[in-house]
Parts: sequence; C-alpha cells; structure tokens
Amino acid sequence: MLLLALDTATPAVTVALHDGEHVLAESCQVDPRRHGELLLPAVDRVLGEAGVTLGSLTGIVVGAGPGPYTGLRVGLVTAATFGAVTGAPVYGLCSLDGIAYAAGQAGLDTGGGAFTVATDARRKEVYWARYADPRTRITEPAVDRAAEIAGLLGDGPVIGAGALLYRDVFGHVPGEGEVPGSQSAAALAALAAERLAAGDPEFLASAAEPVRPLYLRRPDAQVPANYKVVTPK
Amino acid sequence: MADEPLVLGIETSCDETGVGIVRGRTLLADAVASSVDEHARFGGVVPEVASRAHLEAMVPTIQRALEEAGVAPSDLDGIAVTAGPGLTGALLVGVSAAKAYAYALGKPLYGVNHLASHICVDQLEHGALPEPTMALLVSGGHSSLLLAPDITSDVRPLGSTIDDAAGEAFDKVARVLNLGFPGGPAIDRIAREGDPDAIAFPRGLTGPRDAVYDFSFSGLKTAVARWIEAKRSAGEEVPVADVSASFQEAVADVLTRKAVRACKDNGVGHLMIGGGVAANTRLRAMAARRCEDAGITLRVPRPKLCTDNGAMVAALGAEMVSRGRAASDWDLSADSSLPVTVAHVPGRAHAHAHTHEPIQGNLYP
Ligand SMILES: [Zn+2]
Repeated sequence: MLLLALDTATPAVTVALHDGEHVLAESCQVDPRRHGELLLPAVDRVLGEAGVTLGSLTGIVVGAGPGPYTGLRVGLVTAATFGAVTGAPVYGLCSLDGIAYAAGQAGLDTGGGAFTVATDARRKEVYWARYADPRTRITEPAVDRAAEIAGLLGDGPVIGAGALLYRDVFGHVPGEGEVPGSQSAAALAALAAERLAAGDPEFLASAAEPVRPLYLRRPDAQVPANYKVVTPK
Repeated sequence: MADEPLVLGIETSCDETGVGIVRGRTLLADAVASSVDEHARFGGVVPEVASRAHLEAMVPTIQRALEEAGVAPSDLDGIAVTAGPGLTGALLVGVSAAKAYAYALGKPLYGVNHLASHICVDQLEHGALPEPTMALLVSGGHSSLLLAPDITSDVRPLGSTIDDAAGEAFDKVARVLNLGFPGGPAIDRIAREGDPDAIAFPRGLTGPRDAVYDFSFSGLKTAVARWIEAKRSAGEEVPVADVSASFQEAVADVLTRKAVRACKDNGVGHLMIGGGVAANTRLRAMAARRCEDAGITLRVPRPKLCTDNGAMVAALGAEMVSRGRAASDWDLSADSSLPVTVAHVPGRAHAHAHTHEPIQGNLYP
C-alpha cells in the first residue's frame, strides 16, 4: 500500500505519504492565503523525501472538508487530477475525521465518552461533528454558531481550532499541548490505511465517484459590483 | 517538437471551464463547460457558483478534450493555464489542476495571461500573428486596446475602459429591456429589426480632449436606461428594437473608431478583435468596413474562439514552447490582477534571464 494524502480544508496545507503501516514523509504548513502556491511544492517534497514517484501510488486520500471554499478546492482538484493521470483511486474523507483520529493518536482523554471536533468556519461559526471515539463519527458534519451548539454537546471535550477560538463558549476544551493544533494529512492517511486494510466496503466503493466537497453552505449569490472584471483597472 | 509543440491549455478565469489542445497553430480540441445558465437568474457571474462549477467540470473537460484531439497525455509537450487576470477562486481551480496535471505527467507548466491568450487564439484561425498586432479585446470583463509586438513577451496596453466593460454594458441594457442574461446575443438579435440611427446615444470619451484610446460605457448605459424610463413613465411603449440597435451602434462606433485610430497612429496594418463581444454582428460589420476604408487587414476569429476557452490558452502556451520561453514554477500563483504586460509567468530561475534563450535541457526530469 502506498497512499498520498492531502488536505487543504483548514488553514494548513498538509501532505503525507503512508505505506499502510508507517508515515514515510509528511509536510504541514499553516498559511490560510497560500494553499494554491504551497500544495504542489509540498507534494514534490514529500515524494522526493521518500524517493517515490506519483506513478507508484496505490491510492490518493483527500480531505473533503468542510472548509472555506477557495482553499478546499485546491486539494480536491489536485487529488482528482492526480487520480485521472495515474489511475490511482481517490478516496475522500471528512477533514474533521482526520482531526479526531489525530487526537486519538495523541492520547486524547475523552473519559470514555463522546467528543466533538470543531474547526473555524469564519463568520462567527464553526464546522463541527460528534465522535463516539477517534475512528467513529456519529453526526453529519454541520456549520453553526458556537453558542447555538455548545449546550447540545454533552460533557465530552471539544477539540480543534474552532474549539480554541470559542473556548469560553464550549467550556471543556483541552489545551493546545494536549491535542494536535492543526490538520494532519498523516492522520488522514493512517485512517484511510486502516479502512483499506479492513476492506471497508463503503470506503472502497467511494473511489468510484468524484470526491464531493463538503461546503455545507450555499454560495453567496451576490453579483459583485464589477461582476466580471477580468481587466484590472 | 520546437516548431509544432503539442500543448494542452486550461482556462477558468470566469464562468467557462475550458480545455483546449493545439499542435503549434493547429486546433485539435476545444472543450468548454459553461456555468452561464446557473448565473442567469442573478444577472451576472457569481464567483462562488463559478468556482464550484469549475471543480466539478475540470477533470471531465480535460478528458473530453483529450478524446476530441485523439492524443495521449504523454505526448504533450507542455501544459498552459490562465494564471490571471480573472476571478481569484475560479482561477485557482484551473491553476491547481494544471499544476497537478503537468506534475503528474512530468511536463513543463506555463502560467499565461488571459488577455494575451485572447489575442493569440487568432493564430488557430488565420495563421501566425503579424508582428506587431493591434488587438481590440471586448467582453463582459475587458475592453482594451493592446499593441503586441511579440505575443509571448511584449504586450503593451494602449487604452482600456475607465468604467464598465463593453459586454457589461450589453448585459445591463438587456436587463433594463428585460431581454435576459447574457445580454449581448439578445441585443444583437433584436437590433437587426431596429433603426441604428433612431436615437442618438452618447459616444463616451470621444471629445477632442478625451483620452484617445480609453473607453467609457457607463454614461452610455445610464443614458439608455434614462431614455427607457422616460418612455415608460410617459406611458409610451419602448421601441426595444430601435433602442437595441441605437445602443449597439454607439458601442460599435466607439470601439471601431478608436481601434482604427490606434492602428493608424502606430503604423500597424492589422487589427485583431477578440473577446465575447467580437461575436456581435454589427461590431464585425462596422470593423470590416472601417478597416477596409483605412487599408487595415481585419482578423476576427470565429465566435467560439472569441469567448473564453482553453484553446486560446493552449495557443499561447504553444507559442511559449516554440519560442523557448521559460516554464513556470510549481508555486505559480493565481493572480486576479495579473498585469496585461506579463504575457506569462516564468519560474524564478529564469525571471531575470533574457527570455530569448531556448530552455536548457529538461526542466522537469
Ligand atoms: Zn476573456
């Protein structure tokens, strides 16, 4: 097994190469405005470090969001294009699942109960989902104001950048040292490797369709004042 | 390979997902997926709607172009992509796809200018561009007069609109007349039944002290809207065909007058017209007559090559390859305001080098 995982759904641009048992190489750069510039060089670096080429991949794993749209699409279109050229299957995973899995790897203490992953959705909202354990999501990802969901989350911890941002609202938020601070493609890759090794039929079948981005919001249907400006003034 | 490079071009600067394939100056494929229908009810292009559509259409449109051209990806000599100007989120989908495609195939990447591509596309229709070429680019996003001594490295802006683009004025007038979006084709159609001299609408920036090569369509648009409102509030029927014809006449008059003047002033014997508005039949007819009177050779590509498409990007990419221009780096940006003077974005190792040298060896082993 040789998986290339990438995720651009959060401020991080993260890439990892995984052989089914170990992470062979990884890269994580946090810069919310430069996803487009950073991703391909990161892929090149990660492959180069491990001494493998794109053609030898057995699968491509991509974080499908939820995340702010512009950055999210960079990872999705890159993964889809790699898949089209190499013929390797492209698997999508909810980006929040990667954060939950990474928290499990880091030894997050949930007191045996459920927990919540929340990332920053801007506009005073968070993207969030509930997890029974680091491998098992129990709600569909959603986007809401922190204050509107805080009361519905039970006693378990709330992790992720959205939790840190609204620490006062959520209450039980582990410190930055206790859980990974940002998205990790290595965690996404490890989670995908587990599902592939287990022969998860739903996961295997998902590669037959293009990975659908989890936007969770309708587009702002606003035509800008100079709506189609292609010529700089 | 140097003379007839096989290049795939990707265009996503606005609402068309375009993928074209050319061999030198020969068009092999021109696949376009448009999201224009999704924008119609908003009366203009909604950037996020366009970007979502680009993501969905990207890979299928590449596959369609390859099938149409009957070439294998491994045979390509390079991948070109619109790096700007355009809508940021929309450009980013194409730029990311082009990088991934070029990287996966081990081919050089060329980030090129959208406006220069609009000019270069004419090579697919009428052969090598004369040097220099005068170009009038008119669409929903641009209204520019450009002088191009070398389309790969030397494109000079002579003038552009100071407010609305010409195509934007068509859309807005069509909206006031309830003709739908996009407005250009609808006005063109109905204007054929109208009198172009029925109403004397203003010709912007044509006074003796106005900028010779700049355009302004905002005043015209307002004048048309006021004229229609006056008719409506007087309870009179609006003569839609006459208004359309007279408005279109004003636009075509200013555009062709300034373009011919630019050719004469600069001693250029060829005028190229590109962009979506170049499909306008009145503009084409008036340009043909005025160019003939002035002894200027007019070159206008077929309408499908005038609107945004991937073939134009491939055409410019092929020219970059055959003239040995430096390829772009993997961290190429999508630049919404890429200056028209930047015909392509060379990699840093080459940015300051003299661009007339051929590429040394294989940049992407
Ligand atoms: Zn255009």
